[in-house]
Amino acid sequence: MADATLRVFRGDGESGKPVDYKVSVTEGMVVLDAIHSIQAHQAPDLAVRWNCKAAKCGSCSAEVNGKPRLMCKTRMDSLPTDQPVTVYPMKAFPVIKDLVTDVSWNYKVNKKIPPFQPRPGVQWKMFQPDVDRVQEFRKCIECFLCQDVCHVLRDHDKKEQFGGPRFFVRTAGLEMHPLDGLDRIPMLKQELGIGLCNITKCCTEVCPEEIHITDNAIIPLKERVVDQFYDPVTMIVRKIFGANNT
Amino acid sequence: MTATAKFETQEHDVLIIGAGGAGLRAALEALAQGAKVGVVCKSLLGKAHTVMAEGGLAAAMANVDKADNWRTHFRDTMRGGKLLNNWRMAQLHAQEAPDRVRELEQWGALFDRTETGDILQRAFGGHTFKRLCHVGDRTGLEMIRTLQDRGVQMGFDVFMECTITKLLTDGNRVTGAFGYWRESGRFITFKAKSIVIATGGIGKSWRVTSNSWECTGDGMSLAYQAGAELLDMEFVQFHPTGMVWPPGVQGILVTEAVRGEGGILRNKNGERFMEKYDPKRLELSTRDVVARSIYTEVKEGRGSPHGGAFLDISHKPAEYVKRKLPSMYHQFKELADVDITKGPMEVGPTCHYVMGGIRVDAETGQSSVPGLFAAGEAAGGLHGANRLGGNSLSDLLVFGRRAGLGAAAYAKKVEAPSLDAAQIEEAERQVLAPFDRSEGENPYAIHHDLQDVMQNLVGIFRTDADLRQALVKLDELKERAKKMRVEGSRLFNPGWHLSRDIENMLTVSEACTHAALARTESRGAHSRLDYPKTEDAWGKKNLVIVKKNGALTLFEVPQVAMPAELAQILTEDQ
Repeated sequence: MADATLRVFRGDGESGKPVDYKVSVTEGMVVLDAIHSIQAHQAPDLAVRWNCKAAKCGSCSAEVNGKPRLMCKTRMDSLPTDQPVTVYPMKAFPVIKDLVTDVSWNYKVNKKIPPFQPRPGVQWKMFQPDVDRVQEFRKCIECFLCQDVCHVLRDHDKKEQFGGPRFFVRTAGLEMHPLDGLDRIPMLKQELGIGLCNITKCCTEVCPEEIHITDNAIIPLKERVVDQFYDPVTMIVRKIFGANNT
Repeated sequence: MTATAKFETQEHDVLIIGAGGAGLRAALEALAQGAKVGVVCKSLLGKAHTVMAEGGLAAAMANVDKADNWRTHFRDTMRGGKLLNNWRMAQLHAQEAPDRVRELEQWGALFDRTETGDILQRAFGGHTFKRLCHVGDRTGLEMIRTLQDRGVQMGFDVFMECTITKLLTDGNRVTGAFGYWRESGRFITFKAKSIVIATGGIGKSWRVTSNSWECTGDGMSLAYQAGAELLDMEFVQFHPTGMVWPPGVQGILVTEAVRGEGGILRNKNGERFMEKYDPKRLELSTRDVVARSIYTEVKEGRGSPHGGAFLDISHKPAEYVKRKLPSMYHQFKELADVDITKGPMEVGPTCHYVMGGIRVDAETGQSSVPGLFAAGEAAGGLHGANRLGGNSLSDLLVFGRRAGLGAAAYAKKVEAPSLDAAQIEEAERQVLAPFDRSEGENPYAIHHDLQDVMQNLVGIFRTDADLRQALVKLDELKERAKKMRVEGSRLFNPGWHLSRDIENMLTVSEACTHAALARTESRGAHSRLDYPKTEDAWGKKNLVIVKKNGALTLFEVPQVAMPAELAQILTEDQ
């Protein structure tokens, strides 16, 4: 089959440049296969993260022809080969080396989210229709492509104030768990800054697990924040009787 | 200045190597015992091979089939393992798995549900009853995320993208470990009162495998080098259904849940060939049988166009298939242009799991080296000659917990160790050697050739001549590995990492081949063309490999007699 040129970012946090590699494309080949072939034959120190090669672990996130993608799911035959295929690291995170970025910030955000806490004396019975919507959120493979594409993080770098779509999805999974007894709404507003999201749905578009991040997680959570903090009736009640009575 | 002060040194009561299901479950238990726990993993947290587990977690909860109980699960496991299993492990596993599942649910895991609101269970090969608790076909992800989030909240130290290259000992017990940060290439030493190996499998030594890059037998190799015994290494499971086409996806797992949900296997003539090989259990026969059946169909000229068999679930409603097997649906649609709701998949055997591993005490998971524990795929014993689907995730939980308990208890009764500077210097020299050579071989080329040797000579069907040839070739590869050269810097360098992985893969490959050569019978996953019969005498002993005076030594250990009440269970039918 035909040859393709991959234009791969090589470098580290300080400096770097794209380098062209020629790869012969075989049937069904994905971008990650092409990267592996470069590693094996041309650049053994080319840094890339990957684990499962089956879109289940979310390790091989990168920007292919400018789009945040999992390399293991991006077929070479879906890309034009008359021009170089560009493969760059995720832009929203600092580069460590080549295609590997420092995603440790995500692990720090995750720590802020109080885990599942069953309501006291709960019966361990749940029904599929109640579980369905939470299972959608739990499909997340933490590829962080939603974080990469989110303009609040990507363009405005508000990592101090904002948790990002991944952690709204995680929080939604906890808040909507049929047996959970905690309230994470103040945390969502204050620590994860959900108000900064202006629902452009970029995260939903890049999600390889096809989670409806905006519609099913973020918007319902925003509604809960509004109910708790901005509902006019509640605000009046709170003013008159004090916060404890609301 | 002592040698240890040269590098970052971390100190823990319990150090866990590996952050898959077994490692994380061990960490949670050691934490609960009040130990200071460190977890080291080669990848990012949450990416371990456990995320690829699809079909489910076997536990006799009796939510669907009321007649199920631990005795039946025990019997199924022992029969699946051709009675070579450590019966005590099989008993503990069957008895404790349901509690481990309930615990996961109480930590936030969301399994699929029955009509009455309980955890749903599905059928799987070799299990008498519907027994596998599952979440569609992404059960492993659910499990690892649940354990990971709990661990983060409970507060273990996680060392991500950190690779251990050597265990340190005082000549008797373990004292710590040496490794490096992949990001910077900087060295790190760990001082620990006890260590749990939970590094998973060895599949990367074979060409066609469902295993990720991490499955290079590190833990078994580290333990072996530290003096621990390896058990049952001849038993390598080839999962019957991996993808066969296109080439880039060859080996990627097609979950047994496809057959559990009613998938049918056919050859190119449209014959349901399992009727011939196992008329009673058909597609839900044990994995060793189904893998050999597909292999035989292909070899005898009845395979699919790309050398596999057809697996068809399209007779089920499309919506049902998409709901129960969502990732299979996407995997085939996106990677192979096949819509599994409309037509069959092409599948063939893929190297999946090693039943063998570090020989451990059933109760505590301790190896023959004091203070060194193992759990999960890295440990041997539970599965005998063949593992049943679904018994791995439950293994991780049951024996992960037990190893965590064992390691924490051990740590309580020993003094803090001191590290031996000479061993650390030696470890440092070993790791850096490939950089020092001005010329030498590329590790990728050696890995490629190793995979050919294991795939072609130590595969599903084995012979004396092939295995002997494999040993010769492994010796050649060992020589070549001594001259490996790594290019580039120490910063996140996969070629450098592979040079360490190769040492580990060679060690476990050699152990597998020696054990396979010694076992002159066919049993479970070990099929000898020159010894096709299952021999009673071989059913009473296991093979153990240990390093003695620097050389690999193999010996037989007789099986411990089973107590009468367990033996009785094996004679009962349902």
